[in-house]
Amino acid sequence: MNEFEIPHIAIAGNPNSGKSTIFNALTGLRQKVSNYPGVTVEKHEGVLQVEGIEEVHAIDLPGIYSLNPRSMDEVVAHDVLLGMRKDTPEPQIIIAVVDAGTLERNLFLTTQLLSLGKPVIVALNMMDVCQHLGVNIDVAQLERRLGVPVVPMTASRGKGIPELKSAIRNMLSSPTPTRDVIEIPPAIIEPITRLADELVSAGFVHAEAARGEALRLICTQDSLSRPRYNPVRERLRPLVEDSRTRIEQSELSWYAVEAKARYAFIDQLMPGVRGERRHQPLLTERLDAFLTHPVGGPLSLAFIVLLIFISIFKLAQIPMDWIETIFGLLAEWVITHVPAGPIQDLLTEGVIAGVGGVLVFLPQIMLLFFFIAIMEDSGYTARAAFILDHWMGRVGMHGKAFIPLFSSFACAIPGVMAARVIDNEKDRLLTIMIAPLMCCAARWPVYLLIAGTVIPNVAVLGFLPLPALVLGGMVILGVVAAIAVAAVFNRTILKGKTTTLPLDLPRYRRPQIRTLLHVMWERSVLFIKKAGTVILAMSIIMWALTNYPRKPETPAEERIQHSIAGNFGKIIEPVIAPIGFDWRIGVATLSSLVAREVFVSSMATIYGVEVADPHKTADLQARLREERDPKTGKPFFTPLRGICIMLFYVLSMQCLSTLVVVRRETGSWKWTGFQWLYMTALAWGVCFIVWQGGRWLGWG
Amino acid sequence: MENAKITLESLAPGQSARVLALELPPAEAQRLMEMGMTPGSTVKVLKRAPLGDPIEIFVRSGHLSIRNSIARAITVNLA
Repeated sequence: MNEFEIPHIAIAGNPNSGKSTIFNALTGLRQKVSNYPGVTVEKHEGVLQVEGIEEVHAIDLPGIYSLNPRSMDEVVAHDVLLGMRKDTPEPQIIIAVVDAGTLERNLFLTTQLLSLGKPVIVALNMMDVCQHLGVNIDVAQLERRLGVPVVPMTASRGKGIPELKSAIRNMLSSPTPTRDVIEIPPAIIEPITRLADELVSAGFVHAEAARGEALRLICTQDSLSRPRYNPVRERLRPLVEDSRTRIEQSELSWYAVEAKARYAFIDQLMPGVRGERRHQPLLTERLDAFLTHPVGGPLSLAFIVLLIFISIFKLAQIPMDWIETIFGLLAEWVITHVPAGPIQDLLTEGVIAGVGGVLVFLPQIMLLFFFIAIMEDSGYTARAAFILDHWMGRVGMHGKAFIPLFSSFACAIPGVMAARVIDNEKDRLLTIMIAPLMCCAARWPVYLLIAGTVIPNVAVLGFLPLPALVLGGMVILGVVAAIAVAAVFNRTILKGKTTTLPLDLPRYRRPQIRTLLHVMWERSVLFIKKAGTVILAMSIIMWALTNYPRKPETPAEERIQHSIAGNFGKIIEPVIAPIGFDWRIGVATLSSLVAREVFVSSMATIYGVEVADPHKTADLQARLREERDPKTGKPFFTPLRGICIMLFYVLSMQCLSTLVVVRRETGSWKWTGFQWLYMTALAWGVCFIVWQGGRWLGWG
Repeated sequence: MENAKITLESLAPGQSARVLALELPPAEAQRLMEMGMTPGSTVKVLKRAPLGDPIEIFVRSGHLSIRNSIARAITVNLA
């Protein structure tokens, strides 16, 4: 059966209303996640698991506060619900998920959903909060006023799920379409009707949904600028403008009409539906007394961040060792079973080393996603954003950018993907542009090798090892660079209004283990898929470039010197010499485009030292310290040169995998190329100043 | 005497007020109104973030964080 012939139901609701929990309860494990083509909005689909219902699909729409299509999430939700997307069938039934704890605000979207003219079931979720507060909700009254079935439930505990399922069964067998409940101001009834007629005759919406859509066109700024209106824009514009003029004449703002009308209905309905709250502080209020306290807030945030980092690095170590062991065994197996030669080398040095070098970060990435999911699901993310919003705002970013930037400390790939939490396009782009400046885990092996080689191991103030201080400095430098770059871009190429959207501070809730595991699993699969495809391909290419052309008689350690990459390194030496790099460092740097830590194994190859574990490089360090400058006879790897190498790694976009993800998330080669260019230029410029300046001062 | 306007920004934590007008560009005003802050609604300032910006407010059953630059543009009437 064609997907478009299968009945679909859509689940819509505010963010944090428990939509996903209900979706999971209805679909079980039979669900899949993909992207809506052309936008970075996730599409969650599943097959309904309800007895007596066969082959009904469910779509979990992105969480939205309003149906007016402005942000990507809203555009997708709006278009799916109205059957305007070619990739998604129009739903027959809408489940409007409502958080009973923030009933008034949730009902705004609910009344918008009623205006679509489709059968609607209200899932009145989180009833436990009302019970806790001693607030009584008259469900029968709410049903009567909205004109649709209302199912009270606490989905996180499975309460109300059977009732919701039977409501869906009833609705599928005898669908009752809804109608909008609000009163449209008399002054615009006539133009709205004309606008609605135009929309129907142009084939944009069904007759039942037309008035609601017309109202949205009137109340939303630039509503006609969407490409889909191209053919009818000139016919619709005078009607929209006429309506706006009429509204202004009655001393109202045109953009306020819908909100006023809907909240007028809600205000009138509430007293009969919801009882008074008995004073009893919620857990949220008690937690927030500390977690968003002017002093306790930042302190607890710093503590949480630190705790997460320590856990990521500590807990991930064991599975990371396993992965390294597995790839090591795999390489051994290849060596014993595949005859020595190019094929064996390709498998061991290209495929296994390349893919293994990236996959080794999987445990860290999984843990990172696990912690992020806890913060998201519990409602803490919004508090972190609240605490940091002022600082982020000064460089043109939203408080929500905290999550992507924080993630980038483990790996820029999840960081760039996490930027999806930012609604405003300009803010999201700015965040993506600076995310790779955060010190990712793959930079550590490079810093450890170089700092261990060139920085004397002396104690500062008697107890702080100097190499550790230098490492800390590199991490901080990345953050400083990110702030500076953001400030510059915000005033130049990414000028434009920073989002000043209100940020919702939802109630805290217990994270659901199912959701956590689910998120972790989904992200990991994405990452593994990438390692198996793009990264695999790049590893093979890098291997070929560092190995060919080759003659059988060339010893392995000299191969790289005569390879394409080696020759290329020598060609570009004039470009990198001014920053203190010779062709060897250049080749190692180029090869680390696969993953920054590959720098270590490439240096080992070039200098003919065996390094099995990139974190244990004592032999290589000793070898590097022996290296002499052919002209002066003094040590080649001086502290100044080492610092330049580290600085280059702090600032440059030395990671093809991140570029691939940036390309996908921005949908633009232009921005991807720009990012690579600006980071490389920045790295080169800073290293140039440091190297030349240092030498002028006689340090080099 | 100049008719001094009270804005949401000038309220102290714990104070409630009634929203008079949102002197903001249409898109931003529409957002805030959709989230409950329509003229006539009651809003309570709950707390300020470190450095006094943004502020946490309670409006129509929801907790929101808004920046001072926005709160400054919302005129209110002490209830």
